[in-house]
Amino acid sequence: MSGGAGTPVSEQAGLPRVGEHGALSAGKAVAFSPKALARFEKLLTRYPTKQAALLPTLWIAQGEFGWISREAVDYVAGLLGLSPAFVWGVTTFYTMYNRAPVGKHLIQFCTSISCHLAGAEEVFAECRKILGDLKPGETSADGRFTVIEVECLAQCDKAPAVMVNDDDFAIITKDNLQKFLGGLR
Amino acid sequence: MSEMWPAGYVPVLLARISRPDSPAIDGYLADGGYASWKKVLAGIATGEWTPSKVTDLVKASGLRGRGGAGFPCGLKWTFVPPKEKRGNKPVYLLCNADESEPGTFKDRVLIEKDPHQILEGMMLASFALGVRHAYLYIRGEMVHGAEVLNAAVDEAYAKGLLGKNVQGSGLDLDLTIHRGGGAYICGEETALIESLEGKRGHPRIKPPFPAVSGVWASPTVVNNVETLCCVKHILDRGPDWFRTYGRNEKNTGPKLFCISGHVERPGVYEAPMGIPFLELLALAGGVKGGRKLKAVIPGGSSAPMLTAEEVQSMPLDFDGVAAAKSMLGSAAIIVMDETTDIPKAVANISKFYAHESCGQCTPCREGTPWLNKMLKRVVNGQGKRQDLDLLVQVASQMGNGMTICVFSDAAIAPVLSGIAKFRPEFEACLAKAASPDFALTAPSDVTEKVAGRMAEGIHS
Ligand SMILES: Cc1cc2nc3c(=O)[nH]c(=O)nc-3n(C[C@H](O)[C@H](O)[C@H](O)COP(=O)(O)O)c2cc1C
Ligand code: SF4
Ligand code: FES
Repeated sequence: MSGGAGTPVSEQAGLPRVGEHGALSAGKAVAFSPKALARFEKLLTRYPTKQAALLPTLWIAQGEFGWISREAVDYVAGLLGLSPAFVWGVTTFYTMYNRAPVGKHLIQFCTSISCHLAGAEEVFAECRKILGDLKPGETSADGRFTVIEVECLAQCDKAPAVMVNDDDFAIITKDNLQKFLGGLR
Repeated sequence: MSEMWPAGYVPVLLARISRPDSPAIDGYLADGGYASWKKVLAGIATGEWTPSKVTDLVKASGLRGRGGAGFPCGLKWTFVPPKEKRGNKPVYLLCNADESEPGTFKDRVLIEKDPHQILEGMMLASFALGVRHAYLYIRGEMVHGAEVLNAAVDEAYAKGLLGKNVQGSGLDLDLTIHRGGGAYICGEETALIESLEGKRGHPRIKPPFPAVSGVWASPTVVNNVETLCCVKHILDRGPDWFRTYGRNEKNTGPKLFCISGHVERPGVYEAPMGIPFLELLALAGGVKGGRKLKAVIPGGSSAPMLTAEEVQSMPLDFDGVAAAKSMLGSAAIIVMDETTDIPKAVANISKFYAHESCGQCTPCREGTPWLNKMLKRVVNGQGKRQDLDLLVQVASQMGNGMTICVFSDAAIAPVLSGIAKFRPEFEACLAKAASPDFALTAPSDVTEKVAGRMAEGIHS
């Protein structure tokens, strides 16, 4: 991080400057791997406009970098010929693009109505307690777990439903919570 | 297995789901899959098959959209302007696989277990509409589903069922799976269109309707996953066969129902349109633990709540649930037993809408968090005596065309129906309120002032 006390806000790393978007800085330049670039090029052939490839390109970016940093926003904007501010505006509309690094296991608890009826809020709270009194969205000290609350995952017959990264988990209750967490490596 | 049907019923939409390797194309072909698509392609040159013939079959079937509104599918297709009027503009088909309405999980089964059924429906609809590139928009959370669909699309290209000059018919058709980024509102068709264009999922003001000007300013038809699966079966077996399912001519076809909440066996059930609620409940093993039924949300969290009495003789089809003053919506039936704390359930649902409002319209953007805040205050025992009336008053001014899309109407349905039907439970929460002079406390913060203005009908 550049700058300490006394550095003008406009010069501090991590903070947006006038005319810039508000994404967090990763502190280093980013670029797609050749494989990701090939995927990106293929994407472009599927749409009549470059802009339409934005969401899928953000997915590639998240796959490559783990989260959408300021540098990732600028890079994606450059690839698609869009303004960084526009890309950032789109990124923040959607819940699944991580705007900060997350733990190895991003645990996503559904607390919508069917899961609520199965006691999801209590399991969510218990899980955070077990992992060291984590607040929603906080990452455990060892960097392994981030726990967040999400809306209906379309698995309401398997309530309370949970996703960990890209995988679906069914019927996570207070009774099997320890076992569930133990299974995450 | 959590997908089932009544005894003696032969499933149509779920027919293949328990086969091993059901998503693979070889099994699908062996089961007679893509016969309709090949039949239509082969009949183009001879003039035996024309786009309007497919549309007419779908119209004759009585198929109504399975995405929520129940709009007649064939009729919607006829809204696309004819070639003379649209000029060089392409027509697009978008399959809506955003499935995010709380309580809904039927499309997921079709996507993960029988994707070729969806693709064949999309191919047939594309032919009927003159589409050269169709898209399927799948919600971001269905990572596995997107993988299954992408694999199925690759298989279909490899078998020459998609691409240039499909099966030597002279017809070109491309199909792309597009994954969203996590936003409930993108299920609304114009938000879906904006999102596909690479923007924030902000619903558009209608008109123009998508059929006239949708994605990339071109005529666009948006159909639900299950609707398009029905199209395939109508082409396989004919509209007369389709109409043998259902209670009457206006509510036809096999139907998927999602049942969740307090039942013994939650899951996706297939049954004829119009199956009585009590029969479906019995199929799902009845109310959990043999407890008494208290309330039912019959069509996803946006549908008004019904009491146990109101559902006793209710048939589960578009008009049957509408007659009970609710809606079939996405056929997501959420069952609540006698132990359910209704105010808490309503507060929970209001949290969903507060979180998912896209923020374009003031009544919705300001109203949904306010409803949630007030309901939380009520269930926490800090409610004021006038809160229930204020809630009803404010909610009543968020719907009925005050906003760009009907999300706002959806957001108030559970609140208004919950308070109307279970008012004593809400009043009991208020009775717990601690302060003796709580009724005299003036609204203290900005949100409340906004609500006050809204209650007076000023939507600034
Ligand atoms: C807030 C909102 C969310 C919606 N979500 C979905 C959805 O997830 N899936 C869907 O098929 N339709 C959804 N719809 C309905 C679509 O706007 C559209 O009517 C439907 O996809 C049309 O398909 P159909 O005619 O085959 O039913 C939603 C509507 C609204 C207002
Ligand atoms: S009603 Fe709500 S969700 Fe719909 S456009 Fe307006 S603010 Fe967005
Ligand atoms: S309510 Fe939790 S998955 Fe649908």
